[in-house]
Amino acid sequence: MADFEDDEFEGPVKKFMYVNRKGPYGTVYALEGLEVVLITAAFDQDVSMVFIDDGVFQIKKDQETSGINMKNFSPTYRALEGYEVEKVYVEKESLEDRGLNVDDLVIPAEVLSSIEIADLMDGQDIIVSF
Amino acid sequence: MKLGIMVSEGPFTHQASDTAYLFTKAALEKGHEIVRVFFYHDGVNNANKSADPPSDDRNLVSLWSDLASQHGIELVVCVAAAMRRGINDELLAAGFKISGLGQLVEAGIIGDKLVTFGD
Repeated sequence: MADFEDDEFEGPVKKFMYVNRKGPYGTVYALEGLEVVLITAAFDQDVSMVFIDDGVFQIKKDQETSGINMKNFSPTYRALEGYEVEKVYVEKESLEDRGLNVDDLVIPAEVLSSIEIADLMDGQDIIVSF
Repeated sequence: MKLGIMVSEGPFTHQASDTAYLFTKAALEKGHEIVRVFFYHDGVNNANKSADPPSDDRNLVSLWSDLASQHGIELVVCVAAAMRRGINDELLAAGFKISGLGQLVEAGIIGDKLVTFGD
């Protein structure tokens, strides 16, 4: 997946936040967005991920995609820990609206209110929404 | 100010590419530095030199090429996103090059701001 030699990069560490708002299938944003997160982590940046709106479905357990001709890529989220991406947040309201809780998720995530997430966003250098 | 630009939607279907182009042009005219314009998702279609819109429509592909030649800015197309969509070196319009996602991250690190255009 990496197209570069990450040990060649020496520069400042910035706070990158990736905001995942869309479902895992139906559009390509979630899949291609996840690739950006992994590359950013390989640059040793301070990475966090937020799942809001239908984005919470990206990390839902037990995805079954054979009927829609798509690869189930949800196991890739488990690789985040190996890339030291440990700041993973899920919006409380989005989970509740969809009848989900943290036990339904494939990775550990901290549940925060939309106000708490807004505070986190305030402290970022870069926010990219997928 | 040093600005990185990310374009996430294709030309002609979605306004994001037009807005990104106009923003980049205006920023250059105001004396700002563009670290790089990075094309991701369907944004890679901005680099397709086969684009041939009707003559009374704007041709975004050639507008980007002109901007690159006038100002020497880097137009970088994500390799993985490009391969998925059939964009290769033979199809690249002048001023574009294909490289990795690291170029997007680096634009964020080097730039004072990363400005994204898309949904």
